[in-house]
Amino acid sequence: MKQYIERLWNGLVKENPVLVLMLGMCPALAVSTQAANGIGMGLSTLAVLVLSNLIISCMRKVIPDQVRLPAYIVIVASLVTVTEMLIKAYLPSLYEALGIYIPLIVVNCIILGRAEAYANKHTPMLSVMDGIGMGLGFTVALTLAGAIRELLGAGTVFGLRLLPESFSMTIFIQPPGAFLVFALIIAVMNAIGIKTRQRQLVESACDGNCALCSTACESRTAEQAEPAAELKGGEQA
Amino acid sequence: MNNPSLIMIIVSGALINNVVLNQFLGICSFLGVSKQMKASISLGGAVIFVMTIASAVASLLYDYVLEPLGMDFMKTIIFILVIAALVQIVEMFLKKKSPAVYKALGIYLPLITTNCAVLGVALNNVKDSYNFIESVTSGFGTAVGYTIAIVLLAGIRSRINEKDLPRPLRGAPIVMIAAALMSIAFMGFSGLSL
Repeated sequence: MKQYIERLWNGLVKENPVLVLMLGMCPALAVSTQAANGIGMGLSTLAVLVLSNLIISCMRKVIPDQVRLPAYIVIVASLVTVTEMLIKAYLPSLYEALGIYIPLIVVNCIILGRAEAYANKHTPMLSVMDGIGMGLGFTVALTLAGAIRELLGAGTVFGLRLLPESFSMTIFIQPPGAFLVFALIIAVMNAIGIKTRQRQLVESACDGNCALCSTACESRTAEQAEPAAELKGGEQA
Repeated sequence: MNNPSLIMIIVSGALINNVVLNQFLGICSFLGVSKQMKASISLGGAVIFVMTIASAVASLLYDYVLEPLGMDFMKTIIFILVIAALVQIVEMFLKKKSPAVYKALGIYLPLITTNCAVLGVALNNVKDSYNFIESVTSGFGTAVGYTIAIVLLAGIRSRINEKDLPRPLRGAPIVMIAAALMSIAFMGFSGLSL
């Protein structure tokens, strides 16, 4: 039981995919114009992630090692297509708002990254929990950023007006605001000392290689985490 | 934008709707690779190369296979597989035929498979119902926009001295703040109403 909860905590805080691992930044920046969009995108990704982790984990002994990435991509792409059709049918307004970013869940680094780093080595149950944790971490980050951008940019949160209209700084719901708000959220997290391994942050976007990054990346951060900790200790002393 | 001319498509893809700063595609490699100027230029070249070819292939596939068969809904799966296969083929071809180009672009080619910008452009071309020529042009223009953005960011980053920054801002946050300022600058291009 404990390890299941540990998975959730890991996804939500310790290895929050967006704020710590810097994965899945594209949809995070793009759809966080409103808190509601953030939740919609987060939950769609969560659904795909949980199912893909489950399927990949179940099939981890069947899929030959050499062709595992194409196999994962086909599984994820199928799930994304199903999700897209469901959203189109039942939530047309969300479909309009998210647009091209729904099919682009396929290339969301988080999903292939988790498949590679976690689901193909662990049991289905644990992989599902990992998917839920990571998905929730993604959702929380997107919703938080969406709420901040919506509040500063339009004076509302979830459509509820909190600030008078004259306070709106529209720059925050325009593209530059996305970079700015995420930069500040990450800076705040660094400042309050959640171990974001800031030195590796940018590198842990894996030099842009999402699918192949996860394993190499994990070992790299593990290697670098210790010297970084020493460095910090040395400075304080 | 009825019947946009090809030049308009290039300008719009490269500057007005810059793929990175305005549409947020390809952020991973934008933040990851822009550490070094040289690498950024190589990656930019590889992206121009792959994105142009991928747009061409995706457009042909959509117009002559998916559309007539009524398999519009399969486009995500087909496009991503085609792009992945295409990158592999390009890589093998370059290795054999022009080792010099392969040496310059080689290690960046596999990165491009998961670069959402390539898939994004293919999907956008379908959404805007561009024909073959327009798709290729749009792919090229978008890739040029990507290259401009990543090379500019690499230039800015080479001037940032992290020691001068408050600790929490070091690393990712300062890069994203730089990107935000670039994005503000690029918003100026939206004045170029076409």
